[in-house]
Amino acid sequence: MAIIVDHVSYIYEKDTTMAVHALEDVNIQIPDGQFIGLIGHTGSGKSTLVQHLNGLIKPSQGTLYYNGEDYYSQGFDMKKLRSKVGLVFQYPEHQLFEADVFSDVCFGPKNLGLSKSEVELRAYAALKQVGLEDENFYQSPFDLSGGQKRRVAIAGVLAMKPDVLILDEPTAGLDPKGRDEILDQIARLREETGVTVILVSHSMEDVAKYVDRIIVMNKGCVLFDDAPKQVFRSYQKLEEVGLAAPQVTYIMHEINDKVFPVNMDVTTLEEAKNEILQAMKR
Amino acid sequence: MLRDITLGQYYQTDSIIHRLDSRVKIMATMLFIISLFMVKNFIGYIAAGLFLVAIIRISHVPFKFMIKGMKAILFLLIITVGFNLFLTPGEPLITLWKLTITREGVVLAVSMAIRLSFLIIGSSIMTLTTTPNNLTDGMEALLNPLKKIKVPVHEIAMMMSIALRFIPILLEETDKIMKAQIARGADFESGNLIRKAKNLVPLLVPLFISAFRRANDLAMAMEARCYRGGENRTKMKPLKYYKRDYLAYVITFAYLAFVISVGRVFLKI
Repeated sequence: MAIIVDHVSYIYEKDTTMAVHALEDVNIQIPDGQFIGLIGHTGSGKSTLVQHLNGLIKPSQGTLYYNGEDYYSQGFDMKKLRSKVGLVFQYPEHQLFEADVFSDVCFGPKNLGLSKSEVELRAYAALKQVGLEDENFYQSPFDLSGGQKRRVAIAGVLAMKPDVLILDEPTAGLDPKGRDEILDQIARLREETGVTVILVSHSMEDVAKYVDRIIVMNKGCVLFDDAPKQVFRSYQKLEEVGLAAPQVTYIMHEINDKVFPVNMDVTTLEEAKNEILQAMKR
Repeated sequence: MLRDITLGQYYQTDSIIHRLDSRVKIMATMLFIISLFMVKNFIGYIAAGLFLVAIIRISHVPFKFMIKGMKAILFLLIITVGFNLFLTPGEPLITLWKLTITREGVVLAVSMAIRLSFLIIGSSIMTLTTTPNNLTDGMEALLNPLKKIKVPVHEIAMMMSIALRFIPILLEETDKIMKAQIARGADFESGNLIRKAKNLVPLLVPLFISAFRRANDLAMAMEARCYRGGENRTKMKPLKYYKRDYLAYVITFAYLAFVISVGRVFLKI
């Protein structure tokens, strides 16, 4: 069990008139190797939650554990945690600062106190993992395209070799092609390295194809925590909180109601196609 | 992390002080500061204190927020009091080793402390009860006569309001970038001064880039809406004096007159 979130609450601007309950009694267990989608509307507390996982915010109440160790106990190595639980922020390209791409990716591993050769090996591997071409390595990060910049920023976290990779809205502001590329790369990375991935998003469409488990947040609470199929079954409930199931869920429900009975528990276009073809044969 | 800074922050609530015209509040604050330097004896300070307490009560702003502003000048306050206490010549009261505390020193130190804290509290009432936009509007209106001597009053006011508007945005941005770099193992706290300054590079570079990007976007957005300086520009909410504003002027001047006359009538204590 890699990370346990135990009865965590968090209040912004505590003790003022502007106090906001960002998280209320959140309980989550994140085992090794899972691919998790964390979904919620703007302001549902998902970004606050992932910052807790990385130790950037201290909970107002409750406890966090990494491999059985309390984050805020004496002698807990926060720096080590941050290398093990990598967090890629929203619009991560805004944190690039070095003169060239390669040195920027080196920043993370260098902070871990590794040797120069190890740092460079990791940076090179990370840039390769996100699919950046060699010719871009010594360009200024500010000369790259939006999608490339974002990949450099993700590589910056990958180079720290985290066991848990958290990505906060990695596809925000990208065109459909850039979005698919990034998500495919993350999925491939997970297959290759077995890293635990937490993908934060407000779009079910994005995550449905990849994840094993979906956590839906609403107003600081966990609303659903289950396999995608189970979660999408309650698509009406999802709509109530301003979210939606993937379009295929709706299509399958319509077909089931108006044409012929089909299994509605499909999450991707591919599965939907197969299911409809089979149903037609029946 | 950086949310605690209350520099010139507006406290949202409804009170007659909040509704006053910003010109009145700026003028009254200036007159109040002047009055602090006209005070000659402790009766004057009591009057100023009562005036402040009354305004704070009417403004509905918790006293806690006023004190927050004081923290920034605490150091200055301690130094001022210390210097006045030990370095004023006069009738000695206590002698500690080589330092002598004189009667005049005590009087001066206490009055300096009162003056400084009243000054800060007085001006924080103004910023706590007036939105930054209102404040710059008021400044612009008050400085308007300077236009005659070719001072770009409108432009200065516009720059001020943009700068004020950007403070919270940039603070938020700083917070975000800081967190992002900490997540990449950056360390902003430990090390000596040079090390610390060096560690700020990963924060400052992205911050400057984003500030320039925002400035550029804003300039474009303003131009797209045909902004071209203050000429013939009308206001959505023009400043207008109401009865309460005249009343506020009367009360402020009455207070000032009282403080001055008290200084004249009573002898120095």
